[in-house]
Amino acid sequence: MTDLTLGRALTPVRRQRHLSLPPLGASLSILFLLALVLAAVLPGLFTRIDPLAIVPREAFQPPSWAHWLGTDQSGRDIFARIIHGARQSLLIGVAATAISMAIAIALGLLGGLGGARVDRAVGWLLEVLFAFPSLVLALLFVAVFGSGVGPLIVATGLGGAPGYARMVRGQVLAVRNAGYIEAARALGHPTSRIVLRQLLPNAMRPLVVTLTMGVGQAIVWASALSFLGLGARPPAPEWGTMLSMGRDFIANAWWLTFFPGLFIVLTTLATTVTGRYIQQRLEGRLP
Amino acid sequence: MTSTTLAVTDPRRERLAALGRRAGIRLAGGVLVLWAVATLTFFALRLMPGDPVLAILGGTTGNPSPEAIEAARQEFGLDKPLAVQYVLYLGRLLQGDLGMSYSQHLPVTRVLAEQGGATFELTVAALVLAWLLVLLLTVVTAGRGRLIGGVASLLETVSASLPHFWLGVVLLAVFAFGLRWFPPAGSDSLASLVLPAFSLAIPLAGFIAQVTRESLELTLEQPFVLTARTRGLSDLAVRFKHALRHALLPGVALSGWAIGALISGAVVCEVIFSRKGIGRQLYQAVQLQDLPLVIGISLVVAAGYVLANILVDLLYQWIDPRQQEAAA
Repeated sequence: MTDLTLGRALTPVRRQRHLSLPPLGASLSILFLLALVLAAVLPGLFTRIDPLAIVPREAFQPPSWAHWLGTDQSGRDIFARIIHGARQSLLIGVAATAISMAIAIALGLLGGLGGARVDRAVGWLLEVLFAFPSLVLALLFVAVFGSGVGPLIVATGLGGAPGYARMVRGQVLAVRNAGYIEAARALGHPTSRIVLRQLLPNAMRPLVVTLTMGVGQAIVWASALSFLGLGARPPAPEWGTMLSMGRDFIANAWWLTFFPGLFIVLTTLATTVTGRYIQQRLEGRLP
Repeated sequence: MTSTTLAVTDPRRERLAALGRRAGIRLAGGVLVLWAVATLTFFALRLMPGDPVLAILGGTTGNPSPEAIEAARQEFGLDKPLAVQYVLYLGRLLQGDLGMSYSQHLPVTRVLAEQGGATFELTVAALVLAWLLVLLLTVVTAGRGRLIGGVASLLETVSASLPHFWLGVVLLAVFAFGLRWFPPAGSDSLASLVLPAFSLAIPLAGFIAQVTRESLELTLEQPFVLTARTRGLSDLAVRFKHALRHALLPGVALSGWAIGALISGAVVCEVIFSRKGIGRQLYQAVQLQDLPLVIGISLVVAAGYVLANILVDLLYQWIDPRQQEAAA
C-alpha cells in the first residue's frame, strides 16, 4: 500500500498526461488552424466556387458531391461561403483579442507598477467592468456606437478586456520583484527598457495559452453578435451572419445553420486544444 | 471575562458571525461598484452621437416641431447642465425610478418586473442542470483509468466549445422540429424551459467539469481518502461524502464567472427560443436605441451579477473554512 502511494506521488507527470487529450488531438488541431489560416489568405486553394454567386434554381440543395455542404436560400454554395468567411472570422477574432490585450496590458502595467494608490484605482475599475457580463458590455457598446464590423471588433475586444487585465496585473505583480528585474535595475537600465525587455516578456509568457484560447473565444462572441444581427451585414460570408440567416429555414434545411456553426465549434475546439498543448510544453520546460 | 466568553462561544456561531461580517463588507463594496456602474453607463450614453430628444420623440422616423423638442428637453431635464442631470439621475435611481422606455412607453421598472422572472428562472434552471451534469460526469468517471478519463475529458472539452447560439439552433432543429418533443418557442410551460436550459447548461457543464475532474482526481489521491477506504466505506460513499467537498472548490469559484456567461447566453437563448425575458428585451432595446431600457437592464443585470458573485464568495467560504481563517 505504501509503495503504491509513494509510487503515485513520485510520478506526477503521468497523471498530467492522462488528463489531457492525446498528442493526436493536438496535431489535428494545429493542422486545422493552419488550414484555416491558409483559407483566410488563399481561399482559392480550397474552392473555385464564387461565395456570392446567386443561382436561384439551385436553392436549398442538401449536401451533395457538387455542393459538399449544400446550398443556401439563394443557391450559394455553403462550403465556398465558409471558406471565404474564414478570413473575416479570423480577422475579427485576432483583432478583438489584440484590442483586449492592449487594454489589458495598459491597465495591468498601470496597476502593477503605478504604486498602491493607482493599483487600487485599477482594481476598482476592473471590478466595475466585471459587473457587466461580456455580451452585455458588448451590447452596451453597440447601443452607443451602432452595429457593423468595426464596432463589432471593438465591442468584442472590450468585453474580453477585464479578464485579461486581471491576469496581466497578477503576472506583473508576480514578476515585478523577481531577481532578474532587480539585477537589471542594479545594472542601471532605464525603466522603459526593463519594462519592455524583462518585465513584459516574462509576465506575458503564461498568457500565451490564454491568448490562443482567447482568439477562439473572441470568434464565438463576435459570431454571437453577428448572429443577433449586430455585426457583419448579410451578403458577406461571415459565419455568425450565415448562421443567423439560416435560422429562418431551420425546420427544412438544417445544413444552412449546422455547417457554419460546426466551423465555429471546430475553431474554438482547435484553439483550446492547441492552447493546452502549448501550456504543457511550457510547463514541461519550466522547473 | 474575555476568556470565559471565548471558552463558551459556539464555533459554529462564530463561523456564522464571521461570514456575516464578510457579507456586510462585500455588500458595501457591491453598492459602491453599482454606483460606479451607474455613473459609467450614464456618461457613456451621453457620449452617443445624436440627440436623445429626437430618440424620445419617435426616433429617426418622427418629425417633431421645434416647440415639441423644446418641451421634451425641459420635461426630461436635458436643458440643464450635465452635472445637474447626473445628480437628478442618481436621485431618481435611489427612488427606484429608471425612467420611461422610449419604445414601449412603459416605465422601465415595470418592463423589468414583468420580464425578469423568466430570465431568473432560465438561468437558475441552467445552473442547477449544469451542476447535475458535472456531478454525474465527474464523480462517476474521475480516476477510472485512462480510457474512461480520456473519453469524459474529450466530451467536456467539446461541450465547453459549443456556442450557445449554435447549440440552441441544433437542439431546436432536432427536438422541436424533428422529433417534436418540445415546443419550439414560448415561455409558458415547463416543457418550453427544457431546450433553452439545456443549450445554456451543456457548455457551462463542460467548463465546470474540466476543473472539477482535475481537482477530484487530485483529491482521490489524498491520504484522507485512503483512510476512508480502509474504514470500509464503499467507493461511491468515499467519492460523494469525502472527496466531493474538497473537489468542489474550483468549480464553485468558477460559478461566479459562470453566472455572467449564463446571462450573456440567456440573451441569445431568449432570442432563439422567442422566450420572455430581459435578455431579449435588451437585444430589442439595443436595436431600437431605447436608451432608458438599455441602461435599466444593464444596471439590473450588473446588480444581479454582483450579488450572485457575493453569494458565490460566501458559499466558497462556507465550504472551505480554511479560506475564512486566512481572511480573518
